[in-house]
Amino acid sequence: MGMPISHIMTSGMSGIRAAGDLVARMEFSKSMRIGEAKDYVSKKLGVSTMDLSDEYVMRELREELGLGVITSVAGVPKGIAAKMNIEKLLDIKINSCEMFRNKIA
Amino acid sequence: MTEYALRMGDGQRIFMTKEQILTDLQEGMADAADLGTIPDLSGDELDKLVDIITTSSRMVGVEPGMEVPVTHDISTIRIDGDQGNSGVGIPSSRLVGMMMHERAFGADTMELGHIDYSYKPVKPIISQEQQTMEVCQQNMIVPLLYGAMPNMGLYYTPDGPFPNPGDLMKSFKIKEAQEAMEGAAEHLTRDIVWIMQRMMASGADGINFDTIGAAGDGDMFASLHAIEQLRKEFPDIYIETGMAGELMLGLHGEMEYDGTVLAGLWPHEQAPLAAKAGSNVFGPVVNTNTSKSFAWNLGRAVTFIKEAVKASTIPCHVNMGMGVGGIPMLETPTIDAVSRASKAMVEIAGVDGI
Repeated sequence: MGMPISHIMTSGMSGIRAAGDLVARMEFSKSMRIGEAKDYVSKKLGVSTMDLSDEYVMRELREELGLGVITSVAGVPKGIAAKMNIEKLLDIKINSCEMFRNKIA
Repeated sequence: MTEYALRMGDGQRIFMTKEQILTDLQEGMADAADLGTIPDLSGDELDKLVDIITTSSRMVGVEPGMEVPVTHDISTIRIDGDQGNSGVGIPSSRLVGMMMHERAFGADTMELGHIDYSYKPVKPIISQEQQTMEVCQQNMIVPLLYGAMPNMGLYYTPDGPFPNPGDLMKSFKIKEAQEAMEGAAEHLTRDIVWIMQRMMASGADGINFDTIGAAGDGDMFASLHAIEQLRKEFPDIYIETGMAGELMLGLHGEMEYDGTVLAGLWPHEQAPLAAKAGSNVFGPVVNTNTSKSFAWNLGRAVTFIKEAVKASTIPCHVNMGMGVGGIPMLETPTIDAVSRASKAMVEIAGVDGI
């Protein structure tokens, strides 16, 4: 366990604690290199690329945009609901959201 | 003369002077440059590696703004698994393990995998895997892949339908051994595609190929063809192509992809093939030599990976587990070495992720 956590602390973007999941989505969905992915996400969020790893900036912004937050807050979007908001923000389709939409009447 | 604490490739603490560290860095770099026929690191890059290694603090970190996504293999087996998978044996569901990674550890992506962690054994339990993927996708936010090892060895006797190429080669039945590998590769491609068709129907974001090439060039051949088929069937699937070792072992020796012989490929030569097949992210590997110092291993690993990043047209997430990427080969890699190797890969090799 210490090894992955050491990487996260040394080099990681902290996932939903900041904007790591959003940058990762652009690398995976569009094969963007790290610089391009950070530029894309920062423009969509209206923040600087440095802010993408800044918990102070991202904590409030994620809650405001309904992107899911790291702490457990009643009523804020979680799981599929948060991912549907991420789809809209990043202008991408997420498979689990597509599956969810296909299953509702 | 001042000495600095660092590690051997097996994790043992050693002390070296700055001059000795630089000499080992240069020798590791030269080994990579010679084997891969690739450029040396610059003098400035070597100086920066010396600075990273000799920093007095226990942990180091990348400069603010240089952070990269950290992807994960082995799924939640590191939480609930046994020592064989470096698991810590905490009884928990896979959903709980996933959410711990997302909400407690700050993971940028995660993957679902099962305890046997190879694709072939997923077939009899596919419904269980689909159900778990559905539940995890409903609850999670970070990209969630399905991951396992291609592990083509499972297709040979006594575990599978094809004769064991190792036994055949010992009897000098080279052609028969090659035919066994070709048959196994066809089955492996078919199984991976079949499994992922079902996982995609359950909401998976994509697939992680963990340790491609562990069973040689046939393993890579099968994986690249599976990637190609999956990209064609699912244009938006996320595909992470992680390798098993630095050099593609030519057990078959004559298998090709896109006109390139797979045997003997180094990371910078593997990367373009991963992209050509349809991968989104490539995971290059450089193995650690336990008899050499951390400096030697890091100099060698950074040289190889820098060239792979340069040659790749898709993001490179370097493999940085125990025994790869300059990290010492032991069950509990020391934090001082992990964080130094991590920083070096981001700031000098220029990786897109880990």
